[in-house]
Amino acid sequence: MSDVTATIGPIDTTAKSPRQTTFADHPLVQLTLTNLRGFWREPEALFWVFIFPILLAGGLGLAFRNRPAEVLKIATVSPQLESALRNEKLLDVKQLSVPAAEEALRTGKVALLAMPGPDGTVVYRYDNTNPEGRTARMLADGAVERAAGRADPVASTDRLMREPGSRYIDFLVPGLLGMNLMGSAIWSMGFAIVDARRRKLMKRLVATPMPKPYYLLAFLFSRLLMLVIEVSVLVGFGAFIFKVPMRGSLPELALLCIVTSLSFGSLGLLISSRVQTIEAASGLMNLVMMPMWIVSGVFFSAQRFPDALQPVIKALPLTAAIDALRANMLQGASLAQVSPELAVLGGWMLLCFPLALRLFRWR
Amino acid sequence: MPHTSPPLALRVRNLRKAYKDVVAVDGLELEVRVGECFGLLGPNGAGKTTTIEICEGLTAADSGDVELLGMRWKSHAAALRQRLGIQLQETQLGDKLTVLETIRLFRSFFHRGPAAAEVLALVQLEEKSHARVGTLSGGQKQRLALACALVGDPEFLFLDEPTTGLDPQARRQLWDLIEQFKLAGRTILLTTHYMDEAERLCDRVAIMDHGKVISLGTPRELISSIGVEHVVEFSAGGGARVLEVPPLRALEGVRDVRTENGNVLMQVTALHRAVPALLEELDRQSLPLTELRTHSASLEDVFVTLTGRHLRDE
Repeated sequence: MSDVTATIGPIDTTAKSPRQTTFADHPLVQLTLTNLRGFWREPEALFWVFIFPILLAGGLGLAFRNRPAEVLKIATVSPQLESALRNEKLLDVKQLSVPAAEEALRTGKVALLAMPGPDGTVVYRYDNTNPEGRTARMLADGAVERAAGRADPVASTDRLMREPGSRYIDFLVPGLLGMNLMGSAIWSMGFAIVDARRRKLMKRLVATPMPKPYYLLAFLFSRLLMLVIEVSVLVGFGAFIFKVPMRGSLPELALLCIVTSLSFGSLGLLISSRVQTIEAASGLMNLVMMPMWIVSGVFFSAQRFPDALQPVIKALPLTAAIDALRANMLQGASLAQVSPELAVLGGWMLLCFPLALRLFRWR
Repeated sequence: MPHTSPPLALRVRNLRKAYKDVVAVDGLELEVRVGECFGLLGPNGAGKTTTIEICEGLTAADSGDVELLGMRWKSHAAALRQRLGIQLQETQLGDKLTVLETIRLFRSFFHRGPAAAEVLALVQLEEKSHARVGTLSGGQKQRLALACALVGDPEFLFLDEPTTGLDPQARRQLWDLIEQFKLAGRTILLTTHYMDEAERLCDRVAIMDHGKVISLGTPRELISSIGVEHVVEFSAGGGARVLEVPPLRALEGVRDVRTENGNVLMQVTALHRAVPALLEELDRQSLPLTELRTHSASLEDVFVTLTGRHLRDE
């Protein structure tokens, strides 16, 4: 074979040095860096993974924030009624002329109009299909009766509940976290793989001595690195801005996120195992993710769907992920308590990953 | 390894590959000697890419045998991969990486080879080392693809249509680079449908058509095999009178005459006799000459003679 190996050209007279063994020149490191660069240098991907969930959490958190109990606006046309109604702190009373009061009621500026009726009676005019109208009716009548001398036989006091952990934002943040873990795992795997296949870059890599498992392992590593940032940004935002409680163990939360990401990564790998075009991949990914966005309890409880559907919904990976994340964050549940959800996530991984490897096409 | 002389870097025997409805490679035989630049020349669809990809171990043949650097893909894939440089047709490297990052990535897969910076210098892309691949011109991308094929200091270089789609200047630049690798003693197998590329770069050429080698030899040998030294192309007349072709065949030094798109092509063995005879004949037919060109016979003419078609029939 000396006749073959004798074909040595000028470029390797300077290249006789043995392979550089620095960490950075390991193929796994280079492939992982390639994935991370591909992601970081794609502004749209950054937006969807980092900015969008925060905008969504911020926007929904503001829209559904718990407001102080609202003061209802009502109108009256008589000074006597006005002074009686003033005693009710939850009512904002205005005395108006009859036409002005009717106008205010009709245009919804006041919820109720209290008018003196014949023989010292009171007439309440309001829309009884409107909860504000009904509430105003009860409050106004109570105030009028009390002013006329009614005594309440049972004394009562109020104790108000406004505890973190029971608000909508507390429900929402673990849901968004689960949704984000699903989206970023499936998109980052799917687009990168299908794009490399479409460009015939994957075929080119296979033509090098690159060990094939490294290619997939690099996705695992880059995913885990991205995960640290993704999760801390969203959870940090929820915890610091909205004081979302973190009642469970943080290392266990991290583990839940990793299991979730691996499970969805396997699903993403399966989705992209054969697809040749970005369009097809995109359609397939949405087909898989869209139902879960709706039924898995991201924005509202999955319990709202009919009982007959519950077994199916519970078997979906996103439902399992969100239930486990909520249990950890809001109820401080241990891993043992979320083992059914972990089993669902693990099951999806065990189903998708081997199947993806079997189906995977390098070209 | 067979002890033939000179030694072989690649031997392909009776290779066959069919896709659903077409036979891409049909009993192909090929021998590439160590240190030579061997060209597979043929039109699109002749089976060049399928052949080269089977040799590269990327496509499985239906039958036949490929022996590369004394090894076979079945038993020595890992060792072969370390010793080959491959440039595929139509690979788009990742747009988001820089030139240097791309080369470092490919370099990381090989046990030995030059440093990334040296390869960059070799393909004259030093200035672009921090540019994103997406911003490179076609010629620069092709040089980068070449750099990625060179990072493992390969003994055997596969180049699949290295200059397709490039402008003339970029093509010449790439040819210069490939000539340097030849001087470096590497064995090269390249495919092309440009006859000028094959003539300039290749020590030996196999002309392929319909999955078979229809002619093999040095470019000189192939051209002289058709017994024609020059081709005279002309058009005559203005419309009123029609050129009579048969008398042209009888002219001195003319071997064959064809008409093509209103032009007449004469394959001639003796240019200095054929041209005066042609002018005399046109004079006899009272036809004015409107255009006259001559060129030395090329591989294109070889292909046309062998198949009746052009290399670049679209």
